[in-house]
Amino acid sequence: MKKKIAMYWGAGCGGCDVSLLGIHERLLDLLEEVEIVFWPCAMDFKYEDVEKMEDGYIDITFYNGAIRTEENEKIAKLLRKKSKIMVAYGSCASEGCVIGLANLYTRDEIFNAVYLKNETTPDNKIIPHGNEKEGIKLPEFLPSLKTLDQVVKVDAFIPGCPPPAPVLENALNALLEGKMEFGKEVALCDECPRKDTKPDKIEIERFYRWHEKEDDGSCFLAQGMICMGPATRAGCGGECTSAGIPCTGCMGAVPKVKNQGIAMMSAIASLMEDMDEEKEREIIKAMDDMIGTFYKYSAARLLPQGRFKDES
Amino acid sequence: MSFEPKIVAFLCNWCAYAGADMAGTSRLKYPANVIPIKVMCSGRIDPEFIMEAFEKGADGVFIGGCHPGDCHYVSGNYKARRRVEMMKKMLEEMGINPRRLRLEWVSATEGQKFARVVEEFVNEIKELGPSPVKKEEQI
Repeated sequence: MKKKIAMYWGAGCGGCDVSLLGIHERLLDLLEEVEIVFWPCAMDFKYEDVEKMEDGYIDITFYNGAIRTEENEKIAKLLRKKSKIMVAYGSCASEGCVIGLANLYTRDEIFNAVYLKNETTPDNKIIPHGNEKEGIKLPEFLPSLKTLDQVVKVDAFIPGCPPPAPVLENALNALLEGKMEFGKEVALCDECPRKDTKPDKIEIERFYRWHEKEDDGSCFLAQGMICMGPATRAGCGGECTSAGIPCTGCMGAVPKVKNQGIAMMSAIASLMEDMDEEKEREIIKAMDDMIGTFYKYSAARLLPQGRFKDES
Repeated sequence: MSFEPKIVAFLCNWCAYAGADMAGTSRLKYPANVIPIKVMCSGRIDPEFIMEAFEKGADGVFIGGCHPGDCHYVSGNYKARRRVEMMKKMLEEMGINPRRLRLEWVSATEGQKFARVVEEFVNEIKELGPSPVKKEEQI
């Protein structure tokens, strides 16, 4: 019997839905093996159709995007009820991704920046709230962004922003066979095309941003650029590092590491050259955005309730 | 009831822990809010330990290591210094007051210094009040 699958798009950019096309011809075989029962991005389905299904009717639900609005949360809970297996598809659903950085700000600060103080909105600066006369209500914007597993039980995670084709193919094969564990146990450096250029000992005396230095093709850390490779799970084959961009960590932590960002921060601290305290302090002070650098994809895990309030 | 902070102190085996011992054998008094944890070197203190201490309910984290140039393993204390500096920045971005994390150099003979800096730190944390980080379990 064909497996029934569903795909849903929560709070995210939509890249995850498109990433499915990245597996090319394999997609045709896949569509032979499965029956799509719900995929709002690609086909016409309504929420009522899902509500009418029996509990556990869907075999596998792929949920991409994070939980940002009431609607996201409601549908996540509904799909959980109707599905045997719930899969967090992509970085947003698994870890909160880039949009999780919004947890550094309150809801009011976000609305102010987007609707009221936005320079590219010349007039009519209002916060949209639907049309009450016509009974149109916008879903409530939640106080903080949540990952899928902070809202419902999740059976498997497919990492990546969006999941790279080899990771995805591997994951789909495993899931259709009923396996929940897939993916590599090692760090990205293991499969990085620049692996052989990594010196035995790296000593960083100052940090460069990507545009500040010409890439000489060797290990980014040896060049003084922050590359998340050592703390990031392998699987993508080093797509970014082979294209001249240091890894930013979208694949999440290496299994067995609890905290990707802090692990990398600790590694960076030990790769720095021993120098006098003043100079050291200056260099660290110049690193502007610690959370944006080390927690670009997992700020929602670090700060699930938003930023702490401890000012005094 | 007045607020009694919980403070986790990571102390290196060779200097700071010996310094704390010295304070004890010299019968110096210092607040009992401190929970000392001995590690071989301040360079062993992964920032994750600091984070975990806060997550599990610490109101402040104290790190004691050897004076610069005195590290038993040559450069562990320099690594600790850089990690603490970065961690303070990270805490600030997370909305946690970076004063809740303190690094001090305490040699094996500096029992008095240990008692003094711990007392200072406890008073400082009392001023700051309880940590805002969600307390998962008590320590």
